[in-house]
Amino acid sequence: MPIDQQSIQFFVGILLKIVIVFVIGLLSPVSMNWVERRALAWMQMRLGPNRTGPFGLLQSIADGIKFAFKEDVVPLATNKWLYIFAPVVAVVPAFMATIVYPLGPKDVPIPFASSINSLVHSISGIELNLSTMDLHVTSFNVGLLYVLAVTSLGVYAIVLAGWASNSKFSLLGGLRSSAQMVSYELSLSLALVGVLLQAGTTDLVKIVEMQQGAYFGFIPKWFVFVFQPLGFFIYLISAIAETNRTPFDLPEAETELVGGFHTEYSSSLKFAMLFMAEYVNMLTVSVLATAMFLGGWSGPFVSQFPLLAPVYFLVKVAFFMFLYIWLRGTLPRLRYDQLMNFGWKFLLPAALLNIFISATIGLFAF
Amino acid sequence: MIELPIQQLIFLFLAALAVFAAFNVILQRNPIYSALSLIITMCALAGTFLLLEAQFVAAMQVIVYAGAVMVLFVFVIMLLNVRTEEARQDRVKYLKLVTPLLFVALLAEVFFVARSVTTTPAPLVTPAGEHPFGTVEAIGEAMFSSYLFPFEATSVLILMAMVGALVLARKRTAQEAETLGKIIEDANQPSLAPASPVSELEENKHELAA
Amino acid sequence: MVPLSWYLALSAALFTIGVAGVLVQRNVISIFMCIELMLNSVNLTLIAFSRFLNQSTGQLFVFIVMAVAAAEAAVGLAIIISVFRNRETLSVDEESLLKL
Repeated sequence: MPIDQQSIQFFVGILLKIVIVFVIGLLSPVSMNWVERRALAWMQMRLGPNRTGPFGLLQSIADGIKFAFKEDVVPLATNKWLYIFAPVVAVVPAFMATIVYPLGPKDVPIPFASSINSLVHSISGIELNLSTMDLHVTSFNVGLLYVLAVTSLGVYAIVLAGWASNSKFSLLGGLRSSAQMVSYELSLSLALVGVLLQAGTTDLVKIVEMQQGAYFGFIPKWFVFVFQPLGFFIYLISAIAETNRTPFDLPEAETELVGGFHTEYSSSLKFAMLFMAEYVNMLTVSVLATAMFLGGWSGPFVSQFPLLAPVYFLVKVAFFMFLYIWLRGTLPRLRYDQLMNFGWKFLLPAALLNIFISATIGLFAF
Repeated sequence: MIELPIQQLIFLFLAALAVFAAFNVILQRNPIYSALSLIITMCALAGTFLLLEAQFVAAMQVIVYAGAVMVLFVFVIMLLNVRTEEARQDRVKYLKLVTPLLFVALLAEVFFVARSVTTTPAPLVTPAGEHPFGTVEAIGEAMFSSYLFPFEATSVLILMAMVGALVLARKRTAQEAETLGKIIEDANQPSLAPASPVSELEENKHELAA
Repeated sequence: MVPLSWYLALSAALFTIGVAGVLVQRNVISIFMCIELMLNSVNLTLIAFSRFLNQSTGQLFVFIVMAVAAAEAAVGLAIIISVFRNRETLSVDEESLLKL
């Protein structure tokens, strides 16, 4: 294969963008941890961590360092290989999903491209020709299916952690979560089918592109406003269940199961990995919600200043992340049979109804 | 050294992974290791599907097989709490001896057939107005036009399977259990009488899962 | 480009391993998994032919095979669970009778 200037530039660009989304993924647990603790404390009239750094901002980093330096205990009766393997299974699919985040549109002009080109040329003699870039790592035909595929692998981490720990609480947590995640994955995917019927593509970037603009000048063409409000709420509920967060955090219900599937993972880097995977999964479902229902990067003045796109996008994602905390501060946990009944007897029929409505509208409207 | 293009290297890697994991499936005694190896095989096969430009099917392979069917397997293994395979009183010992022979014979046979295949890859040409090969659009269009009937038949099959699974795995009511017990007593075969029911806890769990 | 015969060979190897597994394993769940393995290897053949003949029909077959495999897994595992409730064993040799 001939290696030319263009392809090198392409690969370096892709690598840089992968690093950027990876850092976004890495930063989400760190920042979310602080926000969550402070906001929760706020909602419960407490102070929260406020000693490490200004406003306690460095607390998460201190925790991370603590995780790294704590003694790494592998309990005696565990299945050692699976016990070590489980956190890896959690983290890898979680980060694999980050590469399709549609942070912004295609072919955005790079600011100061010509001056960067000449600067690099004068320093190293390499002839760069930067002009435009895509504000997403990659976009391909089966983008949405790819996200669903890799996130569906995440369930094994919880199941394996529960199984390998050889403890009652862990096993129960693992069993619960495998049943819960498989059940809610169904309504999650079916809620997205409504959007797919309307968009006619599974490419996330194309789906967002279809939501640009506004009706009558003020109603944005977001799918949540255009025929998919029911789908949006179904998606939101099942996404919360899918990521095992309150009020659906049965797999780690403290009051019954100590820590659920991660009971035996005493705070070490393995626990940190499970923790990280949970937050990156939350980020992924928030990104999907933003891209599929809330118009992705669309917002005022995006067409004039495309560099605003990632800002809008991340603000919308941050809204969903805050919603998680808000729910955690507000709602009590469901009972397990209520959870299962709700998923199968209410959410799934509602999702099917939504598909039916979307198909009917699609038949007459498009 | 033969110089191999990158695609062939990727294929060889995936194939080696798939075959290694497949051997692990049949050699492990603990079913949970078998299940995990099978998941690895399936993911490796999804990779080879990508090499064949079947993106949609590759995604479905991971979603359906690795993400749903195998979760079900792992769930059942955990539910029945099968730690290791029970000590076996092999009634069919000869199978163990015959299997390797049959294995080699079958393998040789199919390899012989595979060697005679000389179809060369046609370059992918997408006719104007049609969707590119292997995309969601192309598959969807074929599925809902020329293959609509098989598709509908499959959906009926899945519905039947769903109902069947619910009926088979549901917890028996007290009355049914009593009748069943009577039938067993009438059969008068103490050695085959049912052992103690699965513990209360697991029973409940299963009901919830169903 | 990878030649077609390579794919067929891989598929053949996986299928044969699956057959051997059904003969060797005595655990119902493991045997069941070997059947899934065989279905998977057939899928590979279908996809390979679909690519080399440049027709998407093979991919549709695979889709239907997957649906059937999912249905089969659901029913099969339900049967395994109800058998296990009655027999407390997963060994196929112990479950050769069709009555209780």
